[in-house]
Amino acid sequence: MIRETVRRFTEKELLPLAEKMDRESWWPDDLFPKWGELGILGPTIPEEFGGLGADPLTQVLISEELGRAGVGVGISYIAHANLCAHNLCENGNDFQRQKYLPPMCAGEKIGALGLTEPGAGSDAMGLQTRAVRAGDYYRLNGTKMFITNAPIASVMLVYAKTQAEDGRQAVSAFIVESGFQGFSVSRELEKMGAKCSPTGEVVFEDCLVPVENLLGRENHGVAVMMAGLDIERVVVAGIALGVAQAAFEASLKYSTERQQFGRPIADFQLIQAKLADMYTNMEAARLLTYDVAVRTATEKRLRKESAAAVLFSAEMATKVCLEAVQIHGGYGYMLEFPVNRYLRDIKLLEIGAGTSEVRRLLIAQELLK
Amino acid sequence: MVISEEHLLIRETVRRFTEKEIMPLAEKMDREHWWPEDFFRKWGELGILGPTISEEYGGIGSDPLAQVLIIEELSKGGGGVGLTYGSHANLCAHNLYKNGNETQRRKYLPSLCSGEKVGALAITEPGAGSDAVGIQTSAVREGDYYRLNGTKMFITNAPIAEVMIVYAKTDKEKGSHGITAFIVESACPGYSVSRKLEKMGCSCSPTGEVVFEDCLVPAENVLGQVNRGVAVMMSGLDIERIIVAGIALGVAEAAFGASLKYSKERVQFGEPIANFQLIQAKLADMYTNIEAARLLTYDVAVRTATEHRLRKESAAAVLFTAEMGTKVCLEAVQIHGGYGYMLEFPVNRCFRDAKVMEIGAGTSEIRRLLIARELLQ
Repeated sequence: MIRETVRRFTEKELLPLAEKMDRESWWPDDLFPKWGELGILGPTIPEEFGGLGADPLTQVLISEELGRAGVGVGISYIAHANLCAHNLCENGNDFQRQKYLPPMCAGEKIGALGLTEPGAGSDAMGLQTRAVRAGDYYRLNGTKMFITNAPIASVMLVYAKTQAEDGRQAVSAFIVESGFQGFSVSRELEKMGAKCSPTGEVVFEDCLVPVENLLGRENHGVAVMMAGLDIERVVVAGIALGVAQAAFEASLKYSTERQQFGRPIADFQLIQAKLADMYTNMEAARLLTYDVAVRTATEKRLRKESAAAVLFSAEMATKVCLEAVQIHGGYGYMLEFPVNRYLRDIKLLEIGAGTSEVRRLLIAQELLK
Repeated sequence: MVISEEHLLIRETVRRFTEKEIMPLAEKMDREHWWPEDFFRKWGELGILGPTISEEYGGIGSDPLAQVLIIEELSKGGGGVGLTYGSHANLCAHNLYKNGNETQRRKYLPSLCSGEKVGALAITEPGAGSDAVGIQTSAVREGDYYRLNGTKMFITNAPIAEVMIVYAKTDKEKGSHGITAFIVESACPGYSVSRKLEKMGCSCSPTGEVVFEDCLVPAENVLGQVNRGVAVMMSGLDIERIIVAGIALGVAEAAFGASLKYSKERVQFGEPIANFQLIQAKLADMYTNIEAARLLTYDVAVRTATEHRLRKESAAAVLFTAEMGTKVCLEAVQIHGGYGYMLEFPVNRCFRDAKVMEIGAGTSEIRRLLIARELLQ
């Protein structure tokens, strides 16, 4: 039923705007508030904080339906609802949850995650942003890169290096508000696809974060990070599923309408084979993803399973989108046709939230234990 | 394969031009869908607009391999650069040279070779893509003119071309034996470029929709013979395929070069990512496939100078090279990680450029069917 609600919303409110959102790199101001009204901003968050109190599968279904409108819509949604809100909920204390979750679930405040840095991508733990305790505050210094929603977020989960008592460097997680002194979005980044999703570079310059905004325990930020990764992977897989579905449906329709040599191109074996392969791979990806999504509700360690789901789904989706453009011929290459937008969008999902290479290494690591 | 000194000199000249004059502008050309007005004149001065055309008409009297080397180098500055160059020099000028009579050659080739006039080729229509002989544009003889009516689509260079080879139906009853090729000047009454098309990649290459509305073309502008247009079309296809392969090569090589460099500079986990096996494997596969594609393409290019029927060979070269190009560019973006996805990095442009080589001048599917047909004859 939630799927149906989101599908109707996407068809009515998002698809008509999708081309403009892509061409102009435009994020409609009223989207998060509308999602808040729809009640989809906190699917895994308890109702007492404004969420739906539902399960990870619900989160995946929502991201899949939104994914039909493009990767940009999908990643801005999950950066808020999953990377930020869900993690904050799982690791926050009552004060933090009470303060931040209701406005986030309502869409009044937009969330983001600040992990990646110019010099720390796959090597996330190589991050350099530092947080030094100074009285009632932590002083943060550093730069974050490729941060989804940074230009519009007011709540950001930020990972920084803190110094443990024995002198070792460890990572801590912080809830940073955009209004804190020393926080700035230095520039908005222009991307090949997912253009409507505002992406930014964030600079912390003696940024003062109140001590009560430490998320989880000091020097135990890695635990915060790791705990959320399985769900994060399946939710990203969900977006890939949605994009692939949209590209596939457009191709199916076009192949029955486009005539060449006196017949619909759907009559030709080469086209039929493409459609069949697209369908088959999408089904496999979908069922793998849903199964892992269901399991994340009760199992704590699904590292290779979730990595496999997102690895397979993202690579499948890129191939589906490539074939979708191919089926549309010259028209597929024109900006006015949505399929090339899906292709420009989808490549990102083989990179963000863990590259395909890192996903492979994770799986191998788990297999070889 | 041994490449002659002359060919190497041509390649070197174009390489230097591309590095100096095109690459610095490539990002702007892509973002703004901008074609620098002075490129054709500069290319004319460089002497590269008529490589296969004899010197008496302003060309350099060289061969298809030279054409391929030129377009390969230019395409390192962008797939759109290659497309616009190729449509002018090969699809238009070369075909006009091969099939034109003396009057037509003298009238059009010198200004095409000097870059004063830009050329284009118009076959495709909204309803006739892969089914090229299904074109509907009509040409009716009226005294000293033919009256053309119809629409052409996806025409590279249309917004800037003054000379266009146009295929139209002179006899609707005769199917593929009722098509005639015409040389149409943009100044002809009834000719207009109805709109410029915006594309996913090759953005700098101006592409348009062309409308012929009672367009009057002088009868002496029939190219080749009336109703024998298909012969004109087919005669140019082997080289046309090789040219497109050349563009794909250049784009792939640019993407590969950037990836090799980036993998040595980008440090993660305390070492250059080039140290990691997964990256090394990608680089090796990119190199291997580019080499295979290049040698296949060059070999067919050399043969087109002397052999007339290289249909499966040329189709194989462009099929393989175009698909290789897309794969190499995808891996190039992947190797660059998040940065590969940012518009300020060239590799995503390479990827956006590469895909169209699997579609234009014959889709991969058509190329496969052509090869199969030749094999099964």
